[in-house]
Amino acid sequence: MRPFTYERATDVAAAARAAGSVQGARFIAGGTNLLDLMKLQIETPTHLIDVNHLGLDRIERTDDGGLRIGALVRNTDLAADKAVRRDYAVLSRALLAGASGQLRNKATTGGNLLQRTRCPYFYDTRMPCNKRKAGSGCGAMQGMSRSLAILGVSDACIAQHPSDMAVAMRLLDAQVDTMSADGVARAIPIADFHLLPGDTPHKETALKAGEIITSVTLPKPIGGTHVYRKVRDRASYAFALVSVAAVFDKDGSARFAFGGIGAKPWRTPTADAAAKQGAKAVAEAALSGARTTHHNDFKKLLVERTLTSLYRQREARA
Amino acid sequence: MSSDQLTRRGLLQGSAVLAAAAPTLSAAAPTPKTSGANAMMPVELTVNGREVHLQLDPRTSLLDALREHLHLTGTKKGCDHGQCGACTVIVEGRRINSCLTLAVMHDGEKVTTIEGLGTSDHLHAMQKAFIVHDGYQCGYCTPGQICSAVSVLEEIEAGIPSHVTADLDDVAISDAELRERMSGNICRCAAYPNIIAAMRDVAGEAKA
Ligand SMILES: Cc1cc2nc3c(=O)[nH]c(=O)nc-3n(C[C@H](O)[C@H](O)[C@H](O)COP(=O)(O)OP(=O)(O)OC[C@H]3O[C@@H](n4cnc5c(N)ncnc54)[C@H](O)[C@@H]3O)c2cc1C
Ligand code: SF4
Ligand code: FES
Ligand code: FES
Repeated sequence: MRPFTYERATDVAAAARAAGSVQGARFIAGGTNLLDLMKLQIETPTHLIDVNHLGLDRIERTDDGGLRIGALVRNTDLAADKAVRRDYAVLSRALLAGASGQLRNKATTGGNLLQRTRCPYFYDTRMPCNKRKAGSGCGAMQGMSRSLAILGVSDACIAQHPSDMAVAMRLLDAQVDTMSADGVARAIPIADFHLLPGDTPHKETALKAGEIITSVTLPKPIGGTHVYRKVRDRASYAFALVSVAAVFDKDGSARFAFGGIGAKPWRTPTADAAAKQGAKAVAEAALSGARTTHHNDFKKLLVERTLTSLYRQREARA
Repeated sequence: MSSDQLTRRGLLQGSAVLAAAAPTLSAAAPTPKTSGANAMMPVELTVNGREVHLQLDPRTSLLDALREHLHLTGTKKGCDHGQCGACTVIVEGRRINSCLTLAVMHDGEKVTTIEGLGTSDHLHAMQKAFIVHDGYQCGYCTPGQICSAVSVLEEIEAGIPSHVTADLDDVAISDAELRERMSGNICRCAAYPNIIAAMRDVAGEAKA
């Protein structure tokens, strides 16, 4: 790990200001992604700003009946929160499908949204990777791409977004609340938060230099039956090959979001519109524009089968 | 680092091998808890009930602070990347991977390691149960398994659901629950069934 200096921030605005003014500064929350990458020198910050003591660890009702989740709320606490369990069960389910008990005890809401891809070539510093080093090429394109994305990909990068939580946040139309280095607060719809790779895969989110996530806000509960289904190589403690988050209404309408297949948490209105026609139609709509490799072509069929299994589960319950 | 950096040995030696090149840095840190480039930082922990004062390079993981600085070598380093659970300790009442957190981030906090759960003369109930049920073979993963197992029973008691909990509001002990909740602790010797037996034993005792 490269040397760095460390400070424990006690004030949100000051933390953002410091992050914006110190060259090479980064926030550290749970540290479960950042430190992993720093040990491999994929991330090389020269200054760490510890945001764990900013009082951003609360979950509160908003005036319009939604829920404001502090950026430092741990994944375990968010999944176990009473209001989340009752009104946003798909979020509890997605969180609980991710990582391990130990990791969820540390991982935070903000950090989870910003976790970086698990593309094996991004992790292997001997290989070219446009995301890690702009313009160096993409090792995955002609390599082992089994785990990688098939939607929203570009000629420069086919990395998948690895988060389970973010898929549920996308389904629920969350917004990401931030404060910039100059003290200005703004709210970013989750749909616009993660960027597609295009020609610049190293640019991953809408955040500006020094901008800190303060909370993630969910709109008021939408009811319905909440499900999250994750398919992976082992039954626990593994990233998704494919995951589907869904909320079904009594009248057969539904909304869907997908993990493991997109360059960002994936959602498309045409898939929601096909809900009443069944799993096959939803899969077809969701996969429109999919671009696969020899290694990850199987994900298309896996999406359809995962949806089929969700529909069956729903029928069995009804 | 050389091209062997992705080998396990390379990773284990990583922090020792690195040269300390100081970055130049504009002073913009507004709070008192600030380190200069390469400066050692004071870290105060309560480890197994004992207060300790350390001067640490900010890069020091909690795991290395425990093993290399406090010589509490019960806690093990397996992967150093959050992938195996050998380094599991209990911080402020919660199990975490001590390899993926910095010691400085825990200044002022309470840490419990396997050495703090019990001693050879006064074993913790979970330690006893691991012995009775043969919950290990080589024993390398065992300190992490035991710290995790103790926390898992507390998490179930506190009503924290898991991936296999059918009703998020109704959390109860079952083999499936214990297996899922222990998935962050890998055992190369595959002592898994006996670990579950040990945990069920302790859970039964606690209820009685
Ligand atoms: C072995 C292993 C298995 C895993 N499996 C899964 C899985 O199955 N599913 C899954 O979804 N995830 C998985 N994860 C990833 C895990 O969920 C993330 O590491 C975690 O959510 C990151 O949160 P953190 O708080 O630790 O982030 P950190 O590591 O602290 O930070 C991550 C990034 O976010 C930035 N950041 C943090 N907080 C803020 C803030 N408030 N404002 C602005 N920037 C901020 C940091 O600067 C950094 O760039 C796994 C991780 C490991 C190690
Ligand atoms: S897919 Fe993206 S992250 Fe993976 S090697 Fe190519 S550029 Fe890098
Ligand atoms: S050593 Fe920490 S999880 Fe493997
Ligand atoms: S007892 Fe050998 S690794 Fe678990």
